[in-house]
Amino acid sequence: MEPIIEMINVHKTFGSRKILKGMNLRVKKGETMVILGPSGTGKSVSLKHITGLSIPDEGDCKIFGKSISYSKEKIRKEIRARMGVLFQSGALINWLSVYENVALPLREHKLASGKELDRIVMEKLRWLDLVHAKDNLPGDISGGMKKRAGIARALTTNPEILLYDEPTSGLDPVMSNVFNELILRMQKELHVTSVVVTHDMQSAYMIADRISFIYEGEVIFCGTPDQIKESSNPLVIQFILGETKGPMTLDHSEKK
Amino acid sequence: MNIFILNLIKEYTYGAGYTLILLLKTVIQIKSFFFKKNEIIHQMYIAGISSLFVVSIVAVFTGMIMGLNAGLGLKDFGAEGQIGLLLTITLTREMSPFMTALILSASVGSAIAAELGTMKVSEEIDALEVMSIDPVRYLVMPRVLGFSAMVPVLCVYSTILGIIGGAVVGHFQLGVDYQIYFNDVSARIASVPGLKDLYVGLFKGLVFGVIISIISCSHGLRTTNGAIGVGKATRESVVTSFLVVIFFGYVMTAFFYR
Repeated sequence: MEPIIEMINVHKTFGSRKILKGMNLRVKKGETMVILGPSGTGKSVSLKHITGLSIPDEGDCKIFGKSISYSKEKIRKEIRARMGVLFQSGALINWLSVYENVALPLREHKLASGKELDRIVMEKLRWLDLVHAKDNLPGDISGGMKKRAGIARALTTNPEILLYDEPTSGLDPVMSNVFNELILRMQKELHVTSVVVTHDMQSAYMIADRISFIYEGEVIFCGTPDQIKESSNPLVIQFILGETKGPMTLDHSEKK
Repeated sequence: MNIFILNLIKEYTYGAGYTLILLLKTVIQIKSFFFKKNEIIHQMYIAGISSLFVVSIVAVFTGMIMGLNAGLGLKDFGAEGQIGLLLTITLTREMSPFMTALILSASVGSAIAAELGTMKVSEEIDALEVMSIDPVRYLVMPRVLGFSAMVPVLCVYSTILGIIGGAVVGHFQLGVDYQIYFNDVSARIASVPGLKDLYVGLFKGLVFGVIISIISCSHGLRTTNGAIGVGKATRESVVTSFLVVIFFGYVMTAFFYR
């Protein structure tokens, strides 16, 4: 099956820091790919390249077979219209209520109005158990609810791809599992292709079809959860076991 | 040292280029004026009503200080009765637009930079872009239009209050009769040079409004480095606005009164 998300030999440098050093990633339709790795190795930067928010110094990112990195704005918008992103903090507009945040893409692109808009928004809010908080401002709700509202907003345009940046970070174990189940449910019921950036091993095992392990800006392992558990790569083993001693250095993000 | 200066020049050149392109994009987005009218009205309210109190206080005291200084100087020549004329010329032509611009830059402009800066570091701007919502159309255009529309209005308001402040000082401290004072004021405003002063003052207010709002938005959208970055963007937006307003104030005065 042809991949619908491809990162091909992507290099990226910020100042003197080389973040991505030939990153390659292929995600097939309907698959949930988890990008795993220690902090500062380029997980979130990879996600920014997939959304087209960051342009590679070298290499390309193709979504649905089209380059999101080098295409014109019109093509980029067409690709983004088929994609939803959950940012780490939810990234809700802070002066809009939860309802208005979820309705935002529909209103701004004039995709729906009146009763139709209300029906779509309420459906997504019900799906994410947020009806009771629909009139609240983002500042008045918990971190978990903000993230759920972020997913609801990402779902309003019925995306084929969902990207999650650290969906379980800052959440308690129960809420983390609620999120993991939600991601699984979306894959099962909505058949979306997902890319999840995390360093939560339990979450990765639960939701992933495949896991890509990034270290120092490149994928050093890619396989199923069972395969990663049996990996003999010392870096992977150290990360999985959370050991402080091993080949993984603490200042990997500073290395050039 | 040389590298430091080169980096500084590079940073300022990039900032100036970014701001000019942002202005151009904002002008293009004026086509969405009707769709964003509620947001523009909201921004007019923020720029106008929320800064009314501080503008009022500063305008009255500026009029009083200028009136007293001018009156004491003119008294030596027995011409203290002319302070109405003097204040009207100074306030309409120069002081009101300049004073209003500086107040709004420090109060509303800094708030715009901080607001957009916070949105930038908390990924809200990225979220808009990913949803294919143009941040210029959604955030910048309503702020620039709302702000720019209110500066000339506040210029007129601060001119009126400044003239009233001057009248009070003139009456109680210099013994200038209210009727003589306001006759001079109305005669000046109704005259051809007086009308020119008024139109130039309003035009300056409009230009200052565009300058402050676009610089504030530009600094906000270029924010990096978390809370420290937001503070830096806020401070730099005010400093840059002050400098550019002073420069363009001189250019416009030289152009209209050469």
